Amino acid sequence: MPSLLSFPRISRRAGKVWYRNLEVFIKTWKVNFFPPFIEAFLYLMAIGLGIGSYVGSIEGIPYVNYIAPAILAIAVMNSAFFECTYGSYVRMYYQKSFDAMIATPLSIEDVIAGELLWGATRSVMYVAIMLPVLAAFNVISLPASLLVLPLAFLGGLMFAGIGMCCTGITTGIETLNYPAFRFITPMTLFSGTFFPLALMPVILQYIAITLLPLTHLVAAMRICTLPAFSATIFLNLAWMAAITLIVCIVSINLMKRRLIV
Amino acid sequence: MSHISDVIAAADLKKTYGDMTAVNGIQFTERKGEIFGFLGPNGAGKTTTMKMITGVSPKTSGTLLVLGMDPDHHPAEIKARLGIVPQETNLDPDFTCHGNLTTYARYFDIPQNEAEKKADELLEFFQLQDKRDVSIDKLSGGMKRRLILARALVNTPEILILDEPTLGLDPQARHLIWDRLKLLKAQENIVVLTTHYLDEAARLCDRLVIMDNGKILVEGSPTELVKKYVGEEIVEVENTREILTCITAQKIPFEIFGDTIQIVTTSARDVARTLFENCQPKKMLTRPATLEDVFLKLAGRTLKES
Repeated sequence: MPSLLSFPRISRRAGKVWYRNLEVFIKTWKVNFFPPFIEAFLYLMAIGLGIGSYVGSIEGIPYVNYIAPAILAIAVMNSAFFECTYGSYVRMYYQKSFDAMIATPLSIEDVIAGELLWGATRSVMYVAIMLPVLAAFNVISLPASLLVLPLAFLGGLMFAGIGMCCTGITTGIETLNYPAFRFITPMTLFSGTFFPLALMPVILQYIAITLLPLTHLVAAMRICTLPAFSATIFLNLAWMAAITLIVCIVSINLMKRRLIV
Repeated sequence: MSHISDVIAAADLKKTYGDMTAVNGIQFTERKGEIFGFLGPNGAGKTTTMKMITGVSPKTSGTLLVLGMDPDHHPAEIKARLGIVPQETNLDPDFTCHGNLTTYARYFDIPQNEAEKKADELLEFFQLQDKRDVSIDKLSGGMKRRLILARALVNTPEILILDEPTLGLDPQARHLIWDRLKLLKAQENIVVLTTHYLDEAARLCDRLVIMDNGKILVEGSPTELVKKYVGEEIVEVENTREILTCITAQKIPFEIFGDTIQIVTTSARDVARTLFENCQPKKMLTRPATLEDVFLKLAGRTLKES
């Protein structure tokens, strides 16, 4: 049995799987376009203006501006993670789409790579729709904030890989709820999203920095949207790149193990 | 020995899953321009064999050549020239009939305009042109099956592999599919199918193998196999004590299957007359021997599913 870390052979055909998902997405664009739009709006209203009016500012930054990158990073996480868990699981198990695809020159590695790229693309699209809303509210600064688009791709690929690892080992669609509420929900709250990491006990700060991927995505995005350049962005990027590479490789091998017997 | 006209050749082909041996050292060759069948009860190893041929499941040991290549090493090259009809319906519910075919064609690197033309041709070939722009959940079971068959032909394959192509279809749909398969065969394609419908195998296959427990029991043409393993004709009468005593007295060899007594003979008419004159059966049936008789004789009459 090949190791979980063996490098998968992916061909350019992965792009065809990506394109198939894009086609379906475009056909249902109305359903896909509004959630990010509305979500950005709701966050800004509730947390930004509501809570923000009490909090005022954090570290000298208006509270709404402080959480704006977190809204983006959480969107990146959710869209890629849920696309590559529930979305991919439905395509794999209920629609048997992967079985149909691997009866063509596509290999299972191509199929999963295409799904991962698609997950990352969803993140970029989500962020691209949210950005104008945030810009309109004047809570992010341009043009530096445009850098969150490539960041969304990297972060999206990372969370797509994490999601696909879950899909690779889940026993059914119900058990996908576990990573969602044990990992994704706490991360949404404790990754330096709505309040600085420094407010937490030191041990939790270490956990957030070493283990929670969202911490690095939020930090990197915040550097871009404020903008407040800091060399720590390179650490954030390196951490994310390494984790992305690992989870993507492992997820492809897990799915191969699951589907090719 | 493999031969140039052998499109698929297997020798000592094995597949094990942990302790379970699904395919246990089988050998077969399939040639150009023939319909080749794999018959056998559920769990005989037919689907596993198909999966190895299509490069979806790696073999455990032995040799397997498809179009002169090993599916474990050249899956993409082989699959580019295969058309695969799976047992389970796995059409893409996010597309229409036409969309299913063109999307699938893209996986084979077929240019868009060519794919669109081919898709329309195939929809017509399978009498689905009226459903061109219909979502696939609006199709009947027979239509879905036909669409899957059409999908398997988008890349104009040299080998068409079908796993239970007519499972659960009504007679009209089955006949339509059979006609199409015969047409494809006539175009020098090779068609490989698994089935447990024996009438289907008898009607379609030039040659077939019967598998059980991962092994090939027999190989030959349907008529050869019937003649060799059963005989020509069969007389069936009800199983009562009087008839049993009578047949025994007449020294006619017979077999008992539940409530019927079966007599295999070269002349059903003579046996029937003897029985009528001597035993007065209430019900009697004479019929030619079929592949089903061969199958039941070789694979046994007990249920195979464990």
